[in-house]
Amino acid sequence: MITMEHVCKTYRIAKRNAGFSEACKALFHREYEEIHALKDVSFTIDDGEMVGYIGPNGAGKSSTIKILSGILTPDSGNVTVDGRLLWNSGSKVPLTKQERCSRIEHVSQIGVVFGQRSQLWWDVPVIDSFELLKDIYSISEPVYRENLVELTELLNLKELLRTPTRQLSLGQRMRCEIAASLLHSPRILFLDEPTIGLDAVSKLAVREFVKNLNKNHGTTVILTTHDMQDIEALASRIILIGKGQILMDGGLEDIRRGGESMDETLAELYRTYEI
Amino acid sequence: MKKYFSFFRLRLITGLQYRTAALAGMTTQFFWGFMEIMVFHAFYEADPTAYPMTMEATASYVWLQQAFLAFFGAWMFEGEIFDTINNGNLAYELCRPIHIYDMWFVRSVALRLSRALLRCIPILVVAVFLPKSYGLGLPASHYAFMWFLITLMLGLLVMVSLNMLVYVTSLFTISGDGLRILFCSVVEFFSGQIIPLPFFPEKVQRLLELNPFASMGNVPFRIYSGNLAGQEMTRAIVIQVFWLLSLIALGRVIGAGGERKAIIQGG
Repeated sequence: MITMEHVCKTYRIAKRNAGFSEACKALFHREYEEIHALKDVSFTIDDGEMVGYIGPNGAGKSSTIKILSGILTPDSGNVTVDGRLLWNSGSKVPLTKQERCSRIEHVSQIGVVFGQRSQLWWDVPVIDSFELLKDIYSISEPVYRENLVELTELLNLKELLRTPTRQLSLGQRMRCEIAASLLHSPRILFLDEPTIGLDAVSKLAVREFVKNLNKNHGTTVILTTHDMQDIEALASRIILIGKGQILMDGGLEDIRRGGESMDETLAELYRTYEI
Repeated sequence: MKKYFSFFRLRLITGLQYRTAALAGMTTQFFWGFMEIMVFHAFYEADPTAYPMTMEATASYVWLQQAFLAFFGAWMFEGEIFDTINNGNLAYELCRPIHIYDMWFVRSVALRLSRALLRCIPILVVAVFLPKSYGLGLPASHYAFMWFLITLMLGLLVMVSLNMLVYVTSLFTISGDGLRILFCSVVEFFSGQIIPLPFFPEKVQRLLELNPFASMGNVPFRIYSGNLAGQEMTRAIVIQVFWLLSLIALGRVIGAGGERKAIIQGG
């Protein structure tokens, strides 16, 4: 189970106007603007749920995913994932080091795919990266074999495993990326724009796979995407975030309106909330 | 422990596959070595009594330095580490149950080791057969050779722990370029890579021997030919170990701060 309570995160961004004199001025004095990426965000996600986390660019989706995966520290709020307390600023007594779950302990229990980044070693065959992950996560031999066979079968990786990562197409690489983040059988999977830039066939393959993963293994999936067909195919619940705040939390039926395509519905939704 | 060893192994294997780079590097190092020895010879012939090292020891120093350039070359950074910081792939590294500092440390050791393994043997073999006072002499004694190997490894670790300071500070500054350039010029000069430390004025030398840069190539290369022996050698090794431990401790503290503070930018 995942709970976020009153989480806030602010970034400080240096700003200046164009031009040489402005650049020189910035050497001595910088103007900063505070961007409130997350303002009092709270939600709870139960085990085995598939949640689509949507919102326009810059709404705070990635920040949320990074906080939940333990790699970004929020300014305030409570964050608990599967009973592991990642961040807590609510209680009066500050937590000791032992009470707060360490990054290393937490990340060994979750899987993350960042659609725009790569976790595979560029110059070596994919299988070498997998073997490395096996050691990094201390996956036992039988579990590793079993997962590898299953993932190879379901994601159709057989031909790809022996190829160096740099020679894979984007769709092929994304399938390998997803497999890589599931080798250690995580209970929770974070997918940050997993279908970005993929062709129709690869998109369908990825969706089908994630759906089955959730059905057969009960893996909790949290998915951010701009592709409404991803949401339609996968998510049973939608959380809409805009300007750092949760605007809507409900089922697909709650937002769908007869006859319109999902993209139109969403655009309409963004307009209503003025985000 | 096993996870770090796997990193080490994979980096080593990857490093060993760049054959052309090794060949090109070796050629450069041969020419460079010859050039340096010619220059030292010219000085030596002008006034042998003013020389702080024997010509044989100087020639051995130069060849060992060329053979193990990959151990102590200050400019040799693991580009991928700067890349992950620059392009945000660091996000993935942070998502792994591993300590960033330790992982980067073993990666850097493996990188330098793989490069040196490919290059050192041909250079050493050729240098041994060169005429005396131009080539690589035999070690001063068995004892000296043993300490040469030990301090060579210690020196490599000191070098990597210095590199690590640049990597972990890049977690704060995002771009590592500035630090890198500063680091290279300081290290090359003060570690005796341009001219061996014994050639510095006595007082400067006393001071330089205490800093971490002198704990790298300077120690093993001089032990090999017997230029550094006895109490002086013991002192140099103690300083090496001291710097290794303090640099690692410092790097870990900065690294832990950087891990918490790092913000992965962009979508």
